[in-house]
Amino acid sequence: MKNQQTKQNQIKKEPLLRLVKRDALSAKKIILIYAIAIVVSLLLSSVICSLFSSKNPLDFFASLFNGALGSSRRIWLLLQDTALLLGVAVALVPAFKMKFWNLGGNGQILVGCLAAVSCMFYLGGKLPDPLLILLMTVASIVAGAVWGVLPAIFKALFGTNESLFTLMLNYIATGLVSMFITIWVKSGSGVLEPIKFGNFPNLFGNKHLLTVLVFLILAVMMYIYLKYTKHGYEIAVVGDSPNTAKYIGIDVRKVIIRTMVISGALAGIVGLFLAGGIHHTISTASANNMGFTAIMATWLAAFNPLIMIGTCFFIIFISRGMVEVRGNFGFTNDSIANIVIGLVYFCVIACSFFITYHVVFRQGSAKNVKTDEKKGDK
Amino acid sequence: MTLFFVSAISIATVLLYGCVGEIITEKAGHLNLGIPGIMCIGTAGGCLGVSLYMGGLSSPAEDASWLLLVLISLLFSLVFAAALGGIYALLTVTLRCNQNITGLAITIFGSGATNFIMSFVDRTHFDFAGKLISSSLPFAERLGGFGRVVFGHGIFVYLAIAAAIICAIVLNKTRMGLHLRAVGESPATADAAGINVVLYKYVAIISGSAIAGFGGFYYIMDYIKGSWENAATIESFGWLAIALVIFVLWKPNIGILGAFLFGACYIVAFVIPNITPTQREIIKMLPYVVTIAVLILISIRKKREHQPPASLGLPYFREDR
Amino acid sequence: MEKQTVIELRGITKRFGASVIANNNVSIDVKRGEILSVLGENGCGKTTLMNMLAGIYYPDEGTILIHGEEASIRSPKDAFRYNIGMIHQHFKLIDVFTAAENIVIGTGDGEKYDIKAAKTRISEMSKKYGFHIELDKKVHEMSVSEKQTVEIVKALYRGADVLILDEPTAVLTPQEIDRLFDVLRAMREDGKSVIIITHKLNEVMAISDRVTVLRKGEHVKTVNTSETNEKELADMMVGQKVTLNIDRPLPENSELRLEVEKLTLAGNEGHLVLDDVSFNAYSGEILGIAGIAGSGQRELLESIAGLHHLQNGSVTYYNPKKDKPITFYHKTFERVMELAHEGMLRYADGRDFTGKDENGKPLSKKVISAQVNAGEIFFKEDEIINLREQTPLQIRELGVRFSFVPEDRLGMGLVGDMDITDNMMLRSYRRGKSVFVDRKAPEDLANEIVESLQVVTPNTHTPVRRLSGGNVQKVLVGREIAAGPKVLMAAYPVRGLDINSSYTIYNLLTEQKKSGVAVIFVGEDLDVLLSLCDRIMVIAGGKVMGTVDARKAKKEDIGLMMTGAVLKEENQEGGSL
Repeated sequence: MKNQQTKQNQIKKEPLLRLVKRDALSAKKIILIYAIAIVVSLLLSSVICSLFSSKNPLDFFASLFNGALGSSRRIWLLLQDTALLLGVAVALVPAFKMKFWNLGGNGQILVGCLAAVSCMFYLGGKLPDPLLILLMTVASIVAGAVWGVLPAIFKALFGTNESLFTLMLNYIATGLVSMFITIWVKSGSGVLEPIKFGNFPNLFGNKHLLTVLVFLILAVMMYIYLKYTKHGYEIAVVGDSPNTAKYIGIDVRKVIIRTMVISGALAGIVGLFLAGGIHHTISTASANNMGFTAIMATWLAAFNPLIMIGTCFFIIFISRGMVEVRGNFGFTNDSIANIVIGLVYFCVIACSFFITYHVVFRQGSAKNVKTDEKKGDK
Repeated sequence: MTLFFVSAISIATVLLYGCVGEIITEKAGHLNLGIPGIMCIGTAGGCLGVSLYMGGLSSPAEDASWLLLVLISLLFSLVFAAALGGIYALLTVTLRCNQNITGLAITIFGSGATNFIMSFVDRTHFDFAGKLISSSLPFAERLGGFGRVVFGHGIFVYLAIAAAIICAIVLNKTRMGLHLRAVGESPATADAAGINVVLYKYVAIISGSAIAGFGGFYYIMDYIKGSWENAATIESFGWLAIALVIFVLWKPNIGILGAFLFGACYIVAFVIPNITPTQREIIKMLPYVVTIAVLILISIRKKREHQPPASLGLPYFREDR
Repeated sequence: MEKQTVIELRGITKRFGASVIANNNVSIDVKRGEILSVLGENGCGKTTLMNMLAGIYYPDEGTILIHGEEASIRSPKDAFRYNIGMIHQHFKLIDVFTAAENIVIGTGDGEKYDIKAAKTRISEMSKKYGFHIELDKKVHEMSVSEKQTVEIVKALYRGADVLILDEPTAVLTPQEIDRLFDVLRAMREDGKSVIIITHKLNEVMAISDRVTVLRKGEHVKTVNTSETNEKELADMMVGQKVTLNIDRPLPENSELRLEVEKLTLAGNEGHLVLDDVSFNAYSGEILGIAGIAGSGQRELLESIAGLHHLQNGSVTYYNPKKDKPITFYHKTFERVMELAHEGMLRYADGRDFTGKDENGKPLSKKVISAQVNAGEIFFKEDEIINLREQTPLQIRELGVRFSFVPEDRLGMGLVGDMDITDNMMLRSYRRGKSVFVDRKAPEDLANEIVESLQVVTPNTHTPVRRLSGGNVQKVLVGREIAAGPKVLMAAYPVRGLDINSSYTIYNLLTEQKKSGVAVIFVGEDLDVLLSLCDRIMVIAGGKVMGTVDARKAKKEDIGLMMTGAVLKEENQEGGSL
């Protein structure tokens, strides 16, 4: 009798479904879960796209690959865009590793770009191009660093919420860009024509190669910085356990400020390349929302700069491929790319749940639950 | 001057919907960065409703009923926005995904889906529908400047103010509001007191999303009278609404005033004569600068009443207790 | 007159994991209109037992009877349905809510929300039992005692007939305690049952009708308060002394290493966590610190380690440096000049080092640095270093060889997501001028510790979070000892460890002692303290109650001191060792 009682008690205490935090999954399993999520989301996308057009899901994949890799120009554009996104991700990753929510990538890119374009506008033609480019580089790095360090200083001193602060700075940066355009463009068109000065040289006759190389190298350097330097080590300690950092005598404020200077400066460099290497002008949309997209890329890569090369490539692959899908499927605007990317994100984000938790079903039949609940109500 | 007030109130209305929606969500402990996307998708839903209703009429210009039009478009807007809010809730509450990441994904998806849907929506009757929806009280036209400022708006303006006031009352004067605030402050305490934390979070996120969704729809139908370019403007209003939440210190009733100030900042640039475009851009930046100042100020003063809900952004996992 | 039994616990057993038995076959009962004390040392399972009545835990075995009927309490809500309310040590209140809002929260589903009516009800209740409560005051503006009142009213408002209070007096002033006891007595008169979890004997005697004593998860005895005394209760609480088989050589060549004087530290709530604490630690001995959990042990060690801003007091480190050259720790130019100014330094040939040359001209920074690095400058006496207001980093830069095993292993001592090697680097990563970290030496150290302390881990690249408690502790203690300390502080180093791991730690500490380290050991098991340490300092409520010779002291005496009683002079150790 007593034994039976005990058993019932044990059944009672467990709800039907219960979440348990997992210890850890092997890398293989994690990759498998992500791969499944990506495949599922792409299949879903292909079906959705086919529903809204006369094409079939297979065409979706064909167009996707063709759009991303169909010609050497497409491949180079894919690589260049990947490099830019990677640049932003590299800029953000030390902040995120420190658990500092830098949502201000867009703003940091924009001010960097703005600083470079300012140099081009005011000094273009007055200085030799190499000197001008050097000046642009310094200006954009400083501008980005300032934009990054502002929220860090207030976070370090007063604990000001950094995600809201950086978010607001994005719009101030956008406002500054609009403002300067009104100063520079007297016609009132609001469009700044490309500036001929301070343009980056082609490398081996290829205008994309420099961008690709620079950000690839920066990614590798960031990997080394985070993994092998004392700074990187401090960032990891502060991010994982601020108390431990205090215990071993790390100056947490200093680390936060220093890291955000680096983060902002690197984002400024992306702005520099947008100005000097690609657009030769600036608009409020220059950052192309990369500040947000890159957050996804860093997060998907578990904050590892080398894996980020892959996640950035994947994201750009989809969005460039979707340009072709859009054309082939007869969609009138480019928003379908965002829908597909959104779907991929949802599926991948949901994955994090299955990696952190596993669901435990209660042992025992539903009948038991009912009788038990009645008893409990008495 | 009248035009300035009327326009400022219009922008304020857009922001107020977003702000009230976000306040409800944040009071449940969820920083929903998907609000801009949700405002977009609410727009798409509402526009879809308008086009379906108008398209179904044989002679829209004569048969269209103001009441039916408003009800149907509201319903569509609500369902779309609530659905996207539901996805956010599923991911962040049940699946405990990172709120910031999920919110950003929602915004990317929402604005994309809106552009996509809008490319299919038949907008032939939007001009007319916009005028119908934004038609003010019949006697307003006869009133002077002041009367027009107060009564000269479409139903959506008054709905927004009502939403803000009701939200303030519910939060501060009802048991439901008390429980919701408890969930956002300390889910563990609320849970121990017997409050269904998950249910409250879902209801708050979904209803907040639904309210926010009206904002975008109002902007299209009332402020720009049914024209459509893309979702970017609405998205930027969404971010401004998130700033507004901080500016008004998570209080929906103050939100009415704050929204007006933000709206005025936004619109004053276009209304003041003899202003250079540069000055206009500077004025447009003001709301963000002021919000940062508020953010810094509350973090320095550390007054407890003015802080974000204590568990904002943190997932709740009962077994962590 | 026999009182009616309200709650009966029958054969309750609760386990955590496979090896920890928090409660073993405990049977007690609670009567209507009585105050029952549940008495016991830390970790005796008293809170766990009561948590099962409050719906926090569910018993593994045994039954709970309420008014004679079997009850199943699965959640705090269930507990309220059975009219049981528990006031935990950590209050579950919402800071930005008013008292009234906190009290009514979660109640009255389906009824009209009427805070005014609720306030009237609360006021009536307060009058009845004699509470002082301001209903519109926000919780974050309240003192600890006010918050406690809100918690009690919150429980009563939900109709609690049985009120469980977990260590209710720990954070109260004597006046507040008196007021609380008045309220509890009023509730008893009203026919309510009150259970107080406590370790303070005087309070047990003052307030309760009956006392239940628990020891190591088992029910020792339940007695009527009127038929017992403090001495008897203390004996029951600590039990017979068990001598552990720990090698304990007599201290050799003891020298003063650390002097703490009048150390005073205020907590977040404004009350004193440490109150005028003074003691000395000597090389080659283990100083035990005994006390009920939360008496200030953790803060004491953290204060010495430089983690707190002290209100008062000094911490002085005696560096055994006589006739030894200044090492690279002292390369800081300012420090060398400071020592020279104090006349602490000499050259190898006996001339004073004053920072000036023969002609009285100040030496340049470069020359002095060169002399320091060449090992030409010696200490005349042992160095005396004042550690107050120094950060952990500054302390280390002054050449103070402290090692500290904090209570919160994964939250403070280690980084859970990092592997063993990276955790080894926490202390040493700054070494050298390179911008890169050197992982070679830490890796070797990690392997050495894994091998010598038999840490069970797949390899040194496993995040420490995934190791078991004992292995985590071995990694932490191993690292701290490897730093070659002169003072080793360890807070609860064997908590949650199995017997074998515990002995590994004891032996490590004893070895350190033998090699001349001053060891400070904060422990909770008195048998361990008495078998391992040379001297034991007992603290209660942030105050030092006395220091005893661990070889002679009686367990019961220490138990009594832990509860706040000051012993007669003869049991206390004299001034010097």
